[in-house]
Amino acid sequence: MSAETATPSRLTDAPGATHARTGAAGARSMRAVLPALLRKELLVELRTLQAVPGMSLFALSTFVVFHFALNRGTVAGDLAAGVLWVTLLFAALLGVNRLFVADADQGGFDGFLLAPAEPGAMLIAKALTLLAYLVVLEIVAVPAFGLLLLGPSLGRALPDLIWVLALADLGVAAVGTLVSAIAVQTRARDLLGPLLALPLLVPIVIGAARASEPLLAEGHVGHPAARWLLMLGLYDLVFGLIAYALFDFLLED
Amino acid sequence: MHPARRGIRSRIGTAELAVATVVTLTAALALVFFYAPLEAEQGFLQKIFYVHVPLAIVSLCGFVLGGIFAIAHLRTRRAVWDYRSYVSIHISLVFAAATLITGSIWAKGSWGHWWVWSEPTLVSFLIVFLLYATYQPLRFAIEDPERQARYASVFAVTAGAFVPLNFIAVRLSTAYLHPRVLGSTSNLPGPMALTFLVSLVAFALLFATLCSFELQMKRTRAHVRALRRRLSFEGAASRAATSSRSAAPRLPATAPRSGGLA
Repeated sequence: MSAETATPSRLTDAPGATHARTGAAGARSMRAVLPALLRKELLVELRTLQAVPGMSLFALSTFVVFHFALNRGTVAGDLAAGVLWVTLLFAALLGVNRLFVADADQGGFDGFLLAPAEPGAMLIAKALTLLAYLVVLEIVAVPAFGLLLLGPSLGRALPDLIWVLALADLGVAAVGTLVSAIAVQTRARDLLGPLLALPLLVPIVIGAARASEPLLAEGHVGHPAARWLLMLGLYDLVFGLIAYALFDFLLED
Repeated sequence: MHPARRGIRSRIGTAELAVATVVTLTAALALVFFYAPLEAEQGFLQKIFYVHVPLAIVSLCGFVLGGIFAIAHLRTRRAVWDYRSYVSIHISLVFAAATLITGSIWAKGSWGHWWVWSEPTLVSFLIVFLLYATYQPLRFAIEDPERQARYASVFAVTAGAFVPLNFIAVRLSTAYLHPRVLGSTSNLPGPMALTFLVSLVAFALLFATLCSFELQMKRTRAHVRALRRRLSFEGAASRAATSSRSAAPRLPATAPRSGGLA
């Protein structure tokens, strides 16, 4: 499919027409476009180092703030889960706010719209980028949390905690990408992003904090209850589908 | 025929709806105070149940309805669906605020605290309220009317799907700690159930009437703007259109916008 034929069809077709084009050609375009987009996103981040170092540093500073605000040397159990997830959530919001800024300010959206590519490819590339940010953030922040604040040993909690982190990251990536794409086109983008994202992410906080509570308790009380993991999985699925279904409509101009 | 004028002519239902609301609401209040028996444990205080729970149910349905209208808007691109979505969410937000206030009064009366975190419905409502409270700021922050409508619809669909999921999450987080006291409607005795049902219908009608009034007001305003534009010069009309400070979607004064791009 050449650029000349594909571009006008997406610009003028009725909504939903992009879905109709999925099929063999759509899948091919997705396979070709997705790695290119992902490479571009990661390359931009590697060259500018705007988001991930900031998020990690923010998380470390927040641990220090928590130490003084709570006036404790160590935390455990529900308090530890709360401190960890509040920190990760707010650090993630920094990344969410930056996710589309370059595309909005420097013509990235226009460039993408001119290319013969599925809008969904941009969503998936951005969500995977945010996921990568979150993984790097957690590689820094979780050991730092174990070192600075956590009373019980992190090593025993880690095998189960990784699952909770992974499920929560998927949800944050889906919702964060959608919210970021909405907020970046508004006048008050730095304000609206967190305002929209925080209530939407409350179920993630509930599920993740409750699931990691027994893992971070003194003596490692047990495994996370299955219902929290199920809830996180359900959230990831629902918002993943919603983000995929709605993203086309955010990319139309 | 002019679309705005046709809209006004077809809105003859508002008056009937208003009358039905007044009648049902009066009947509901009469039933609440003179027919429904006093509850054994909470006594008179329990009567707030007939206001609080219908408000909550109607407001939640209104939020979901706003999401459904938003889907229709995204599919058809007709501005009128965005309008309905906006009005539905707007009135639901008012109802949600009333739900929070009545719930808070009930909590103070029965537990002695204005706010209790152990009541999952109330907590879910607070989260949903906080989410929908960003709907109007979001609309304010996008200048292009077409994009504003589109983005608002995307938000309305996302938030509409969030409502049930959020309720599951919050319910799960508290259900195993405290027995549920408020809002259990399944085992009501007959007179209480009847009163509750009439009250629910009354608040649903109130919601419909308020939506209808607001829609009619917006339509009339769009009609007036269209007439004014026909009277004045193009430049004066566009100045008038940009000077009105409202997050509400505007119906196009002439034909509805087609899905094309500027």
